[in-house]
Amino acid sequence: MAGTFLQQTEGRYGALPTWFWKGTKLIATIAVTILGLLLITFFISHVIPVDPVLAVVGDRASQSTYDKMFIEMGLDKPLWQQFFFYVEKVLSGNLGNSFLTKKPVFDDLARAFPATLELATVSILIGTLVGIPLGVLSAVKSGTLTDQIVRVIGLIGYSVPIFWLGLLGLLVFYAKLSWISGPGRIDIEFEYNVTRTTGLLLIDSAMQGQWDAFRNVVSHITLPASLLGYYSLAYISRMTRSFMQTELAQEYIITARVKGVPEWRIIWVHALRNAAVPLVTVIALSYAGLLEGSVLTETVFAWPGLGLYLTNSLQVADMNAVLGGTLLIGVIFIALNLLSDLLYTLLDPRVRRRVGQR
Amino acid sequence: MNPDRLKNAGSKALLTVDDLRIAFPSRHGPVEVVRGVSFALGRERLGIVGESGSGKSQTGRAILGLTPRPGRATARTLDFDGIDLRHATPAAWRSLRGIRISMIMQDPKFSLNPVMTIGRQLIEAARRTSSRAESKDRAMAMLEAVQIHDPYRVFGAYPHELSGGMGQRAMIAMMLITEPDLLIADEPTSALDVTVQIEVLRILDRLVTDRGMGLIFISHDLRLVSSFCDRVLVMYAGRVVEEVKAKDLIRAKHPYTQGLFKCLPLIDGDRAPLPTLQRDADWAL
Repeated sequence: MAGTFLQQTEGRYGALPTWFWKGTKLIATIAVTILGLLLITFFISHVIPVDPVLAVVGDRASQSTYDKMFIEMGLDKPLWQQFFFYVEKVLSGNLGNSFLTKKPVFDDLARAFPATLELATVSILIGTLVGIPLGVLSAVKSGTLTDQIVRVIGLIGYSVPIFWLGLLGLLVFYAKLSWISGPGRIDIEFEYNVTRTTGLLLIDSAMQGQWDAFRNVVSHITLPASLLGYYSLAYISRMTRSFMQTELAQEYIITARVKGVPEWRIIWVHALRNAAVPLVTVIALSYAGLLEGSVLTETVFAWPGLGLYLTNSLQVADMNAVLGGTLLIGVIFIALNLLSDLLYTLLDPRVRRRVGQR
Repeated sequence: MNPDRLKNAGSKALLTVDDLRIAFPSRHGPVEVVRGVSFALGRERLGIVGESGSGKSQTGRAILGLTPRPGRATARTLDFDGIDLRHATPAAWRSLRGIRISMIMQDPKFSLNPVMTIGRQLIEAARRTSSRAESKDRAMAMLEAVQIHDPYRVFGAYPHELSGGMGQRAMIAMMLITEPDLLIADEPTSALDVTVQIEVLRILDRLVTDRGMGLIFISHDLRLVSSFCDRVLVMYAGRVVEEVKAKDLIRAKHPYTQGLFKCLPLIDGDRAPLPTLQRDADWAL
């Protein structure tokens, strides 16, 4: 099989190796997707009722200043040319200046995104590491009291507003019990001790051996990450339950039973390994959702992340910031989609071959 | 094969089934799909034939304690080599399944784990009786025994990379690798092409004969069963309606069996129109 496949590609593409074509195709796909994304943000920037010239010159500028800026910004050029300039600008990392912070949007995002990335990553880890075992448990014990309890736990996580749980958590664990630190990412006394290399404070403080700061970061992130983790856990455990039930009803499970494979191995190796394939998509999508920045959580916990930044920008119609953020979220989605495709091919040998044949 | 494993080799039946009943709950009360099946099996080849829903597959699964929930299997006697299977604990079942009783499933497309290589699945079975070091050699030897000519490729292949015939050979290898005393083959060839069917059956036949194991061959194919087995049970609506020696099957008395025979195509003649089976409500009683 492998032999015939190689012959085919050689015949079709000449001497260049397969990985070259696969790589080219991948890059082309990404390029087209990002171009489409840029088209959408460009379109939005032209239909919103915010005058980009006024945003720059201010509403007390004279007509001549306004006209000069209008031409300087290229707004007199045809649309396609404007789009071309826009793409060129974005690709060189220029997203314009923020109206609100007076700084380049790119720098603002570079500061806000790591905060969200850190929170989202810890949250999705909690959601996955707790959600999958709970889902497996409730699939195996389906219909029993255990299943019902897991269902209720999940339902609460999914339906109780996160800001309410957040406030309640702060009240109990921060204000009353003092088990954790309050809002923010890190206490002010540590803030300037940690040099920001990655922007992920857990990693930065650990790399610099500042364990006091590290503990402080942990105690800040625990509650918001648990809440977001709980929220994604609810979804992940429900999906795990349903995928596991499908797999446990398959013939190969009976084969394993006939072979006398122990029950734990049937569940955790045979069935879960197959259920993991669709689960990858579920987890990737949950993660993408968290990476957009959870507005409510970031507001309640004064978390200086993407969600908070975008909300603040939206409230004052800071279009450069909003569009820059939208672009970033789009790129995150594309990246996570690619990542989950990659994991798919690693987890499912049937997909591996299909991809190879193309 | 090591017959000394058997307590009463030869003198006593390997498997005794008496009044096996399998019921599934339904809205209108329990529905019995197997209604009092009895037979005894030595180291011989027993065929069970019947149409879909006649209870033949469920009979096979009940012997392995794998009646799907919420179904329940009960019997007056269900005895495997002196072990009462009716009250077997999960641990007892595990010590029987795979090691002393195993089953070849119908369609390798569904019965092999799609994300595990054939090699890993074979080793998983072999590990029941062999050490880790021996398992791989055994797996390779077994793949050769089922006449796979490139065992290395098949060992590292995933199920979807094999043809149906190859997959079913791998299945046979996996189920015989521990040299069980009793093998249940549940329609082992009905998912295969006719030409491949004969090859696979020949391999199965040889291995079963060489190792002297008991075989329960479940099929809907009368002719296949009569050429492959010593004795045949004909099942209809959850009951054994007839038990005959395979070579006498053509002289079967039960009208259902006769009816089935009349539907087989003739080599020197035309059977048109094909006679339809005239079902009699009495058969199901």
